[in-house]
This record gives sequence, structure tokens and C-alpha cells, in this order.
Amino acid sequence: MKTLVIADHDNGILKPETSKTINAAVKLGNAIDVLVLGENISEMANQVASINGVATVLVADNAIYGHQLAENTADLVLSLAGDYSHIVASATTTGKNFMPRVAALLDVAQISEIIDVVDAETFKRPIYAGNAIATVKSLDSKKVITVRASSFDLQTEQAAATVSALDSTFDNHLSQFVSVEQTESERPELTAAEVVISGGRGMQNGENFALLNGIADKLGAAIGASRAAVDAGFVANDMQVGQTGKIVAPNLYIAVGISGAIQHLAGMKDSKVIVAINKDPDAPIFQVADYGLVADLFEVLPQLENAL
Amino acid sequence: MKVLVPIKRVIDYNVKARVKSDNSDVDLTNVKMAMNPFCEIAIEEAIRLKEAGTVTEVIAVTIGAKAAQEQLRTALALGADKAIHIETDEKLESLHIAKLLAKVVEKEAPELVILGKQSIDSDNNQTGQMLAALTNRGQGTFASKLDIDNAMVKVTREVDGGLQTVELKLPAVVTTDLRLNEPRYASLPNIMKAKRKPLEVIAADSLGVDLAPRTQLVSVSEPVKRSGGIIVDDVAQLVEKLKTEAKVI
Repeated sequence: MKTLVIADHDNGILKPETSKTINAAVKLGNAIDVLVLGENISEMANQVASINGVATVLVADNAIYGHQLAENTADLVLSLAGDYSHIVASATTTGKNFMPRVAALLDVAQISEIIDVVDAETFKRPIYAGNAIATVKSLDSKKVITVRASSFDLQTEQAAATVSALDSTFDNHLSQFVSVEQTESERPELTAAEVVISGGRGMQNGENFALLNGIADKLGAAIGASRAAVDAGFVANDMQVGQTGKIVAPNLYIAVGISGAIQHLAGMKDSKVIVAINKDPDAPIFQVADYGLVADLFEVLPQLENAL
Repeated sequence: MKVLVPIKRVIDYNVKARVKSDNSDVDLTNVKMAMNPFCEIAIEEAIRLKEAGTVTEVIAVTIGAKAAQEQLRTALALGADKAIHIETDEKLESLHIAKLLAKVVEKEAPELVILGKQSIDSDNNQTGQMLAALTNRGQGTFASKLDIDNAMVKVTREVDGGLQTVELKLPAVVTTDLRLNEPRYASLPNIMKAKRKPLEVIAADSLGVDLAPRTQLVSVSEPVKRSGGIIVDDVAQLVEKLKTEAKVI
């Protein structure tokens, strides 16, 4: 049998999560087809064709898929599902939106946010905010799986695979796109950044988050926040790193004025190197940090900016 | 307009889950339980819609063991009008839950179903989307704002990199994200009043849903622990370590 991967993109720009999800799909051992759906996506389809391990790229280029509405996406995937034993997508907000719909329509369970492939039907996934790792075996004939992309590597490139156009259209009129508001930022997206610097309650207010800007500029970092900082109204919710926010795994994570609540650790503890700056030497964040600096953040942040 | 709010009893979000020594599951004996935080937001939104006059009736429903009635009473104390307990001691999966909820939707015919986007125990993020599929409704997941007008609901969704707004035909299914609202606390008089509100109990196996397991929990283990790091003396040493030892800058 074959595996179908659904590519993830943002307005026609392919997300790195797609390559990482294909990396996970390769571990299933089947031939891999990738569905790319959206509007004006031919260039992106060619990019997908060069990701190692892809046999065929299926392209559904139509205005009705332009915003990847869950209802239309699920019906399209369902129409292709017959040929595949595994249907796989990234656990991004797009994948999380339409994949359970696909699973329910196929009358199968979904295995969410896998971090490891044990074999073609057994997977590891975090539960309880990552405080436990469940090994789960699917008993269904078809497996519907979402992948936590940060747990997998980018795939290498290959000579371009076949690209084939789909002309079936599904428009069920249950939902309609109204508008999108992109967060305007010169910085990389949190989940894609190689370096993340986050502030917590210790930042004391929203204005003080500006202290992180200079460091972020020098490191090309995204800026995040703990739930405590978001709840206190310092910064917007979309900056939240944690169980109920974004899950990140950058090469370098710098936690500033963050105590290290379970909820926050769940969102960043898979980072390669963790730095913690906190004036409380007993803060739990130091237990997961590779490098801890016990100091007043208002003193050391300007020093750090200058030293970089 | 009627709103159905499915809720879940889970480990309290302040409690750290511990893995059983035989690695069969997470140990929940004598652990503090509570309403799933995203479900609290769903209840709050339904009550606000009622207070605004958009909604006439709020029904809370849960699926699980008898103890889950505690969370239904909380929902009633917060302002739900009635509660339904679908009782089972089985460990059910999202697909089963969605199918059982679809039966409730069929019976109660709510114009809107509001659920939490995810429970903080199994972290699946599936039930709302599955219910929408099974009941052939449009879905507005990860909502940070709802706007109901005539036969439509406008849902602003938290997506990676921004906000997306979609318009759904009613009846529809909405799942809540953190920014939608800040849930209230139940007052003591309301907690007392909740004891007299109607709570219907239905046996899960009486609803004609196939509840055979679709997945098998092979084992549960502790996540890999990070080995302890070092405390550096100052910024200079930190930068030096990051450059020469960790080689990340």
C-alpha cells in the first residue's frame, strides 16, 4: 500500500513542516504520494516533487482550495483515500483542522502529533502536555496520522518526481473564507525559527519585551512568551510557547524571566540547547537548562545584546 | 437558539501527571481532577451568548464515569440550564466520543455546538472536528472570537502566523482557543442552585454506537530527561559557552 501526505503551505509558500512530515512518512516504508492543494500552486508542487522519497505529486489547483477550508479539504482527501493505507499531515493548525474530519468520514481513529514511528502501525506521541509518552498501536485498516514536525529532520532533495493534476472539485458550502490577518513581523515564525528568545512574568510589563528585540535581531530569533506573560496581558497570545500555545524545538532557546511551569516546559523542552536567565536560583527552568544564569534580567539583557 | 457544550473531566492543569511504575498508563489515583480548561472556555462562551440574548438554552454534556457528574454540576453552577451524562466506565477514544455526541446532537438539535479544542490529558485535538464531520456541519476550530448573525456564525480562528476568519452556516460546530474569553468562577449561591438543575443520565451502550477500541495503548513512559546543565557566572561566560561548547551562535 501507499502513503498519502498532504503538503502544508501558507499562501503558496511551502512550509518546512512538509519536508519533515515526509521524513516521518518515509519511516512507514510505503511509496509516498503528496497532495498539494490550494490556488496558483504549480511552483510549490515542483518544490514538493524534489523532496526525497516523493513518488508522485497530486495537484489540486483551484480557488475553492485557496484557503484550505477543512470541509472541502477533507472531502478531497476522502476521494483519494481508497488507494492509501496511511494518510499523513503535519500537526499545524491546518493539519489539525481537517485531518480529524478525514478520519471521522473514513470511520477510523486519528493518531495525533506523533513524534516517532515504531513500525507502520505503532507510533509514539506525547500525552499530558508531554509529561508522558504513549506508544499507540492503530487497529484500523487505514491510519490517519498527524506529525509533530519538530521531532523529525528535513528530507534531502531528489530529481523531480512526477507531478499530476487533479480536476475533481469539492465545494460543500458549509463554510466560507472571510479574511486573514497575518501577524506582521520581520522575524521568523516561532515554530520555524532556529533561535527563540522568550520572556515570562519576570519581564514585568509589555514594554520591557523590547529588551529582547536587540538580541533577537542579532541572533535572527523569533520572540516568544510564557503563558504567565500572556495571561498578564504583556504580549499577544500568538506569542505563547507551551502546552496550550506553540510547540517549538529550535537549536537555541533562551528563557528570560520564566520560572518554568509544566505548561511552558511542554512547549520548549525538546530544544537542542536551552539557556535560562532568572534571578531565582530555585526556578524549575534551571532543571532543564543547559546553561543557567542566575541574575537580574534587566542588568544582563543589555550586556548580552552587546556581547553578541 | 440552543447551544450544546460537551465537556471533559481531566487531571487538574496544575498537577503533573506521573507514569505508573508498570508503564501501563498515567497514574490518576488520588489525583485532583477538574474541568478541562478549554471546556471551561466553551461553557463561558455559551453563557455569554445566553446573557447577550442570542442563545436561549445551554446544555452541558459529558461522557464518562459517574464522577464526571461533578464537572456537569460545575457547568450548571456556571450557568448551563441542564446537563446530560452519558455514563460509561470504558476508556473511549475521540471517534467514539464524537459518535456518542452525534447521537445527542440528533436528539437535542442544537444550532451550535461549542467544545474545547483539545483536552489536556490525551492532547488529541480531534473531537470537535470529528463531530462536525459526522453531523455534516461546518467547523470553526481554535476560535478566538464568535459573531452570530441570523443563520450564520463568523468565527475568528487562531492559525499559525495569524488569525483567519471563516463564516459558517448554522447549525455548526466551534472549538475554543485560549483567547476566546476568560472563564468566570461559580458563586456559592449558584453552586447551591445547580444541585436542583436537571441532570439526565443515559447509558452509553444504549445509544447504538460501536464502542470497540480502534487503538491499543501499548505502553506509557516518562519522557527522556534532559541531563542537568551548568550555571554560568556571567554573560561573558554564557556567550563563550554558546560559541565554543554548544556551537549554536
